Amino acid sequence: MSIRLENIGKHFGDTRALEPVNLDIHEGELVGLLGPSGSGKTTLLRIIAGLENPDRTGTRTPARILFGQRDVTHVHVRDRRIGFVFQHYALFRHMSVFDNVAFGLTVMPKRSRPSRSEIRARVFRLLEMVKLEHLAERYPAQLSGGQQQRVSLARALAVEPDVLLLDEPFGALDAKVRQDLRRWLRHLHEELNFTSVFVTHDQEEALELSDRVVVMSDGRIEQIDTPETLYRAPQNRFVFEFLGDVNHLEGQVHDGVLTCGDARLAVDLPDGAEDLLLRPHEVCLAEQAEADCHLPVTVTAVSPVGAEVRVELEADWLASPWLATVRHADFERLELHRGRRLFAHPRQWHRFADEKADFLKPHAA
Amino acid sequence: MQRIGDAPGTRRLLIGAALVLTAVFLLLPLVAIFAQALAKGVGVFWGNVSDAYTLHAILLTLGVALLTIPVCLVFGVSLAWLVTRFAFPGRRLLQTMIDIPFAVSPVVAGLIYLLLYGRNGWIGGWLDAHDIQLMFAWPGIFMVTVFVTCPFVARELIPLMQAQGSREEEAAVTLGAGGFTTFRRVTLPNIRWALLYGVILTNARAVGEFGAVSVVSGAIRGQTNTLPLHVQQLYQDYNTVGAFSSAALLALIALFTLAAKAGLEWRAARREAIT
Repeated sequence: MSIRLENIGKHFGDTRALEPVNLDIHEGELVGLLGPSGSGKTTLLRIIAGLENPDRTGTRTPARILFGQRDVTHVHVRDRRIGFVFQHYALFRHMSVFDNVAFGLTVMPKRSRPSRSEIRARVFRLLEMVKLEHLAERYPAQLSGGQQQRVSLARALAVEPDVLLLDEPFGALDAKVRQDLRRWLRHLHEELNFTSVFVTHDQEEALELSDRVVVMSDGRIEQIDTPETLYRAPQNRFVFEFLGDVNHLEGQVHDGVLTCGDARLAVDLPDGAEDLLLRPHEVCLAEQAEADCHLPVTVTAVSPVGAEVRVELEADWLASPWLATVRHADFERLELHRGRRLFAHPRQWHRFADEKADFLKPHAA
Repeated sequence: MQRIGDAPGTRRLLIGAALVLTAVFLLLPLVAIFAQALAKGVGVFWGNVSDAYTLHAILLTLGVALLTIPVCLVFGVSLAWLVTRFAFPGRRLLQTMIDIPFAVSPVVAGLIYLLLYGRNGWIGGWLDAHDIQLMFAWPGIFMVTVFVTCPFVARELIPLMQAQGSREEEAAVTLGAGGFTTFRRVTLPNIRWALLYGVILTNARAVGEFGAVSVVSGAIRGQTNTLPLHVQQLYQDYNTVGAFSSAALLALIALFTLAAKAGLEWRAARREAIT
């Protein structure tokens, strides 16, 4: 079931939580709403679910929510045919796992409600799917976080919803369980092929799980794209900064040279103030400066854990420290240790003038 | 290593003080009530208790409590629901106003009701013209009892419902449950112990209320005399044994209520231990 949002805005009192936004989600798509806290992502999800109402006034065109061809703008939550997975699971604490999953089926109106034995069969099928059939008689408090999350998913899927909505589904779990559940949700999604929207503040999670990511900040949609496009071609500074670690190089350009204290870099840019952005993997380290690039730095921290070595760099001309990732081979070759003085070379850099993306190779590199 | 405040001397002193105070202020008077009631033998005690006026007082007291509880229950649940599930201007004010019956002396409450609903009162005059008598009759006793006891259920529920939040109810609604089903199957099971606890407190207070009732009842023997009023009347008539016999009845009701409360707490603790 596809989802179409038109002019969905939301105010809480005088505070604007969401600017009027438009969004199209295709049938069978898994879409992540990504943003820092307070960016309006949860509000948007709750509006899709019908747990909040979009603003009625203040916009010229009325707000509309369509599920497929069905206009659900004024349809009550309970009739929207959605599955909602809550951030802290919101399991019914006084009911067993079985009763939790069966709840949606047992509250159906009498004429459409499946028989007792059919409910039982369906619940066990779902529990089998989330690999919890042996815990059917347990109570939520007796389960681990990951197990509770799976129960809450089975409960939401029991009513065979048109769309599945998940609010920070893995937010409260530890890293390992998170990784497993993510993979598992991805499989489940491919298998059952429902349309789902999930909210997260974790870039990695959004990029790994989603078909498309909606990046939000301050109640606005900043960019909607596939994870790859989003990372490679961010449309503005916010998206770029939010999707990973960023190093800033701020200075004045004069005659094709950017200067900042005793640091210099040849750039092919017009004169004026500039703020160039670099990802950690775009910073190279060398023992010598070059004619067109003189960026002296001092190593202040080294973390050799993982596939690459993370190095923190400081210098007088830097407002905040840089982060560079180097290969283990380079780490040994350069004899990296705290206090080591080196020169940084940008492999490439990005700039967002007039809110338009622009990324370039250094002048001579 | 010794923990702060866990010196043996301090511990002995505190435990000793607690035991002495409990004995002097709580246990001794309780024992004295039963000793006085049975001072002239079980026969006299039984005679006092089965006296027509005493029986009427018992019935009136229990009857009023029985009427009060459902009213307070509905009032308390609605109010707690309103205050914890909705945001509206004046919510804090309302929450403060729930405590008015706790803050106001019951005698004052009784006087206000008399002023409003008495024959010469603002509303009472109109009621009198229509031949409805509230004051100096059981409806008046019922009204002031409700006033005095209405905060108990709400006070028990509000912190609990605030802590639990509305997520489970939201979950129920997203699964297609209607309003009443959500209340019956999700909200009620989560608050039932607090609810019962509130009812027990309400009952204890309704049975024992003296101040407000004494103002509005008129204390007509065999008609508007509740058990606490009856105790006072007997005592003023120098019928000490009679007074203490009725007092013993009140104490028994109190003990029964306490036992029920302890039982509930024990059950709740056991449930916690299981889950």
